[in-house]
Amino acid sequence: MSWGLDGVQVRFGDTIALDGVDCTVAPGRVEAVIGPDGAGKSTLARVLVGLVPVDGGRVRRPGRARLGYQPESAGTWRDLTVAENLAFVAASRGRGADLDGRTRELVAVTDLAEVTDRLAGDLSGGMRQKLAVAMAMLPRPDLLVLDEPTTGLDPISRADVWRLLARAAGEGAAIVVTTAYLDEAQRADHVVVLDHGRVLVTGTAREITSSFPGRLVSTDRRDPRRPSWRRGRGWRTWDRDTSTGARPEHELEPDLDDVVMAAAIARREAGS
Amino acid sequence: MWAMVLKEMRQVRRDRRTLAMMVVLPVLLLVVFGYAARFDVAEIRVVPVGDQVASAAQQLPEPFTVLAATDDDPVDVLRRGDADVAIALEGGTPTAHVDGSELFTAQASQQAFAGIAAAGGPSIDVVVEFNPDLETSAVLVPGLGGLILVFVGSLITSLGVVRERQAGTLEQLAVMPLRASDVFVGKVAPYFVVASVDLVVVLGVGSWLFGVPFNGNPAWLAIGSLLFLFTALGIGVLISTVSDNQGQAIQLALMTVLPQVLLSGLIFPLSSMAAGVRWIGYLLPLTWFNVLARGVMLKDAPLSALALPLGVLALMAVVVSTLAVWRFNTELRPAGPGDTDLDPARRQDVPAEVTS
Repeated sequence: MSWGLDGVQVRFGDTIALDGVDCTVAPGRVEAVIGPDGAGKSTLARVLVGLVPVDGGRVRRPGRARLGYQPESAGTWRDLTVAENLAFVAASRGRGADLDGRTRELVAVTDLAEVTDRLAGDLSGGMRQKLAVAMAMLPRPDLLVLDEPTTGLDPISRADVWRLLARAAGEGAAIVVTTAYLDEAQRADHVVVLDHGRVLVTGTAREITSSFPGRLVSTDRRDPRRPSWRRGRGWRTWDRDTSTGARPEHELEPDLDDVVMAAAIARREAGS
Repeated sequence: MWAMVLKEMRQVRRDRRTLAMMVVLPVLLLVVFGYAARFDVAEIRVVPVGDQVASAAQQLPEPFTVLAATDDDPVDVLRRGDADVAIALEGGTPTAHVDGSELFTAQASQQAFAGIAAAGGPSIDVVVEFNPDLETSAVLVPGLGGLILVFVGSLITSLGVVRERQAGTLEQLAVMPLRASDVFVGKVAPYFVVASVDLVVVLGVGSWLFGVPFNGNPAWLAIGSLLFLFTALGIGVLISTVSDNQGQAIQLALMTVLPQVLLSGLIFPLSSMAAGVRWIGYLLPLTWFNVLARGVMLKDAPLSALALPLGVLALMAVVVSTLAVWRFNTELRPAGPGDTDLDPARRQDVPAEVTS
């Protein structure tokens, strides 16, 4: 059974937060939701877990006993220890849920074994985030929704979090993860790119990058006649007309960053 | 400097609650001190005991208001709260039994009787009941217990819930397979215990240090405290549901605590307040707790006299708790019912599909 959103609309007053958004994730798969700040990523995550009512469309989610969620703010109790945080999540599942073994397993794989008596508020950002993911994974959920689990983390901690996600997917969870780091999304099985509450583009990372319209050229300076954006010390220039001219010497293979930039530019041009 | 002033002005303008408090609070204080902060007693209710006294009592000047005579025991008349003063003929001497639990009324009665004697009128023996030395602490301590409950129940509870929201953990709770009522009860239970312990400590220390008597049935006070605490906790939760941060929660809690301190009869006697302000006092839970606590502790009041404060507190507890649970439930389950109310054993594998 797959979970997700079908044509979901969400309004906050006059603002349309999600506009006809589709997003489906199957068991054992990872769906990455990417986009700039304010794109609607957190709203999508909160709709999926039932924290935000929808104004239209359909939400498919399991019952809360089969749902794991990590909010954007991590959702750990800072004045409880690591062990107490995990014990509370386990206890909330009821007396029938024997999660002691699962707790020990997750403490081991998250490298939190040495700090189980430490307050969550005293953990480093990376450790606290791993604790948050472990709390969401604890009940072996059917649907695991993680809202920006890697934001603000160093590359090693980010890799650790993604290792946990791979483990959860291996256990059969359907995973939806929002992130502002587009390079991370390449690790997902499927990607949804949001902008201003709308799906800009969707598919596997490869499908999305191969669907890049036109060609991308590396330049030393900004081209005033064509859309350009900075990458590192240089510029990427988007040439939409590939019907004429020879293949440029500095043509690049676009990555997800480039696709998102190009899609956002095209959308703004269409809207203006 | 002007940049700083401008920045501050903009922030104050946008912080509407603080702005409202800055405007409302002075008006509130003006009303309170103008109409409520009065220690002078405009009326002293007198019940004559026995026919012989009844006719003589009619001669009592203002501020005495003579009510219908009775043959009951004068102290019982005061216990029931039927009068501030009960005058009986004892050993051939008229004796005025004065309710010492109403401090200012009792003091005014003493002065009035002394004035009558000084003006050549009949000499009346005055016996102050329940609080013979007219100790301020005896009148304040029972109400202070209630004030502690208001403080812990409303202020601390609202802060606890708002802190949960600010930390993002309220969202975590909302997604967990817990009933909203479980979260509500679990959230307020520690505050309930702390407030209960506080009440016992305050009343115990008050009795021990200040010699405040405890003459009545502790069970009635316990039941009343329970009802009052439910109301205070409910107000705390209600405050938390409309506060985005702890600063707002503190502001709103103060807006509920301050009128209760000033208008509940804890400091200024209700009977001295202007009618409009007194009716505001009747809408406040601390007013009724105050009546109950003084009635139980000082007067050993019978259940018939405690029925009104207990009934009002029960009504307030039901209304406020219901509102609080409803608001809390709305906050925790904004997307409507899913598997919310299913038994935990049945919840395990129930898929939910929500269609708008």
